[in-house]
Amino acid sequence: MRQTRRVPFLLMMKIEIKIPLTLTLSPQSRGEGTRSETMRQVLCLISLAVSLVMSNSSFAQSSGETITSVSPKVVKIFGAGGGQKLHAYGSGFLVSEKGHIVTVWSHILDGDTVNVVLHDGRRFEGKVVGAEPPLDMAVLKIEAEGLPHFDLTQAAAVGPGTRVLAFSNAWKVATGDEPVTVMHGVISAKTTLAARRGAFESPYNGPVYVVDAITNNSGAAGGVLTTWDGRLLGMLGKELRNTQTNTWLNYAMPMSELKQTVEEIISGRFSSSKKTDDEDSPGQPKPRRYEALDFGIVTIPDVVTRTPAYIDRVIPGSQAEKVGLLPNDLILFVGEDLVQSCRMLRDELGRLEVNDPLKFIVRRGDVLVSVELVTPRKMEVQN
Amino acid sequence: MMVIRSAMAIIGMMFLQSVHAADSGVLAAQQARVEIVRQVASSVVAIFSADGNGGGSGVLVSADGYALSNFHVTSACGDFMRCGLNDGKLYDAVIVGIDPTGDVAVVKLLGRDDFPHATLGDSDALTVGDWTYAMGNPFLLATDFQPTVTAGIVSGLHRYQYPAGTLLEYTDCIQVDTSINPGNSGGPLFNAVGELVGINGRIAVEKRGRVNVGAGYAISINQIKHFLDHLKGGHVVDHATLGATVRTGADRIVLIDSILDQSDAHRRGLREDDELVSFAGRPIGSVNQYKNILGIYPKGWSLPLVYRRDGKKHEIVVELRALHRDSELKQKPAPKTPRPQPKGKKKEDGPDGDGPATAKLPIEELPAEYKKLFVKKAGYANYYFNQQEQQRVLRGLGTLQSWRASTGRWKLTGKTAANEDFALTMTDTKLGLLLPNRPGLQSLENGADFLDEPPGSGGLLPALQQLKLLLTKGPEVFTEFSYVGSQPLDGRGASVEVLLTKKGGVETHWYFRKADATFVGFDSALGNDVDPCEIRFLQFGDFEGKRFPSRFTIRHGDADFATFDVLTMEAGEIAK
Repeated sequence: MRQTRRVPFLLMMKIEIKIPLTLTLSPQSRGEGTRSETMRQVLCLISLAVSLVMSNSSFAQSSGETITSVSPKVVKIFGAGGGQKLHAYGSGFLVSEKGHIVTVWSHILDGDTVNVVLHDGRRFEGKVVGAEPPLDMAVLKIEAEGLPHFDLTQAAAVGPGTRVLAFSNAWKVATGDEPVTVMHGVISAKTTLAARRGAFESPYNGPVYVVDAITNNSGAAGGVLTTWDGRLLGMLGKELRNTQTNTWLNYAMPMSELKQTVEEIISGRFSSSKKTDDEDSPGQPKPRRYEALDFGIVTIPDVVTRTPAYIDRVIPGSQAEKVGLLPNDLILFVGEDLVQSCRMLRDELGRLEVNDPLKFIVRRGDVLVSVELVTPRKMEVQN
Repeated sequence: MMVIRSAMAIIGMMFLQSVHAADSGVLAAQQARVEIVRQVASSVVAIFSADGNGGGSGVLVSADGYALSNFHVTSACGDFMRCGLNDGKLYDAVIVGIDPTGDVAVVKLLGRDDFPHATLGDSDALTVGDWTYAMGNPFLLATDFQPTVTAGIVSGLHRYQYPAGTLLEYTDCIQVDTSINPGNSGGPLFNAVGELVGINGRIAVEKRGRVNVGAGYAISINQIKHFLDHLKGGHVVDHATLGATVRTGADRIVLIDSILDQSDAHRRGLREDDELVSFAGRPIGSVNQYKNILGIYPKGWSLPLVYRRDGKKHEIVVELRALHRDSELKQKPAPKTPRPQPKGKKKEDGPDGDGPATAKLPIEELPAEYKKLFVKKAGYANYYFNQQEQQRVLRGLGTLQSWRASTGRWKLTGKTAANEDFALTMTDTKLGLLLPNRPGLQSLENGADFLDEPPGSGGLLPALQQLKLLLTKGPEVFTEFSYVGSQPLDGRGASVEVLLTKKGGVETHWYFRKADATFVGFDSALGNDVDPCEIRFLQFGDFEGKRFPSRFTIRHGDADFATFDVLTMEAGEIAK
């Protein structure tokens, strides 16, 4: 097994919410045909109203049947990982009777193969047949036939207010032939998941369904979001946390975004849009603009969840040495922000722009020492 | 703009119509839900420790005040606690029984005999997708004890949750997306019609802090039903093991990996590499399924088991062994899950009930008459309740108690079902059975060991001596006497309540039918891990104007020993 990668964990994101209701009242013109755009949204709203009525009346009769028919199409995936922060389990869903499985592109797929467990408890070796990191999506294949699966051509698209069900192996509560977890919720918004340049880690950057249920848990990524009557809407994404608000986003990537790529991968026509020399290799933490070493600071190894940001070494001739930082200084503040760990230090430094002033407060023995540095030009520090 | 206006009008109509369309169905459903919540809310208990600090939740299950909760809630509350109901009143309550492994506790609310209480449902009848309501006191929000209600669906059934560093193991539990939060622990999970189907106890937590993350786990009420009488008997109850470990074989069959020679399963013929086909009437397809089934039964229960060897199926009934040693159960509960703590807060290991808001109740002195309701004894959560159950079940002896003081020589004669004559003599110094080919003799002199007499009976003579002791001298004569709980007789029969006695190395389980309290038989074992002599009464008759079993079967291991028809019985009033 390759060295395990760090899970994208702390991330920054900006959610741009477009709710049809507000749009209808104050149409956002983008220089396109305002009228047709508005009409589309109106129609969308009407269908929403209809779907509300329908979902209310059809709820009780169909939910049991939906669960019975959808559950077998969702699989449990066990692969690389393990330990406290890297779960070694995930979810996926069958899209062909020959065993093509769509899941998220994650560290779980790091090994050569993964274990795929079907609803009936059968275990298969799954191989990655294709992946599209910008979509955060991969397709696996198991050697089996006659499997229950989603028909991609039947995938649906719905608007906010639609009642939905989420199916996944969240928390690994199902391991063998146990059915996967089912949750219920409502689509809160259909919006764009836009990640900010700089210190963020959301490979996927596109439309999402935001759900009011807590669907995106450990292991849930790769599960499905369906309508109450079992039509496939999208794939549950990885856990995403906004570090500024400490909130977690529950979302799914619409099938309309994934469908074509999935079909191309299955048919063997696919070539990734991702450049091979792209530094954003899948699952790898994105390079941060600045790191401690850029200032001549080497922290102690980040070994536990919250390793205190102690300085281990100061590079001779560096800025850090010039301002008098010493080994064993504990970095407490970067600017106004309390730094509780090496990881938070990395995040803070990663947000810096060229020529940003940088103020550290460190604890040395019993005293607090304040030093100021200047963020160097990246060219100067790039190896 | 015209387009927009007309569209707005259409939308307005659509919404109006949708409200009207919702009228009948949705509003009726909502009204029904409101009504159900109103009805069951009165059974929901907010539990606080006696000093008024926050605890958790519970639910009343009987009019005389028995309530269910989590062990991890009550263990933090002490022997006496205070319970708030939605009538706004606080009631004193006392601990009754605990199940540290299954995380269940029974407490008794005091001061009324007409408590509102929940109806027990059938958790096996749930299906994934069913609506459920969780009620309780999350975050200790309700200072007036009006429970919080949350609604959600069943996300999974028969879930197995691994032990989290402690005894605690959630087997065969119900997974819900209903919001379960700290303080909900011990509270009820109701099905759509308001029947109690589970006790909310555990939530999945990882990195988001100890709050609902969409996966809550409830202990199924059907599991609790198996333990309820044990718990009401004041016990620290234990779960069970087969005395065997299992592994998954090819094609997902489950095989016996290893088996203890001393286990009942071994004595019944189960061996390594046998394929486990079904257990307790449920088919076995995975190790988790096996653990799920095993986890819901108390130690000492007998359950049917089907195994396959060389293509042939065998059906046996096996008695389950205790999962833990007594000393293990005495341990204080450790935290049930390694829980990440919210930033900046470092909390002691406590129950889920340690919500962020800690309610402080006025401290009132416990009324003196309640203090006698708690009796401390090793192995018991509250021995007082065991004593109460002992007395209640003993009343099932009924007129058999008229043999009291008939301690002299007993002589019984009659015929076996095989038409052999038998004569049984029981004096203070020896026991003798005259039976063609199978005579038995047992000395009662000081220091004499009880023996398998007649050989092959499992100790019929010592067993009958236990019966004579119980009837003539009462339970006081035994070195140990307790109420066990209830179980299906012989694994498949009607539910019986069980009393346990020990004397001179002989351990006897006495069975009383739960439905009508009738004394139906007993098992006497001459030691640990040996098959007992099983005596089952088929008929009672009149002897010297007193009732006594006139027909009973004797069984040992896998074989019937005999069936006795008693024709005459003499019992001396005075010892000679």
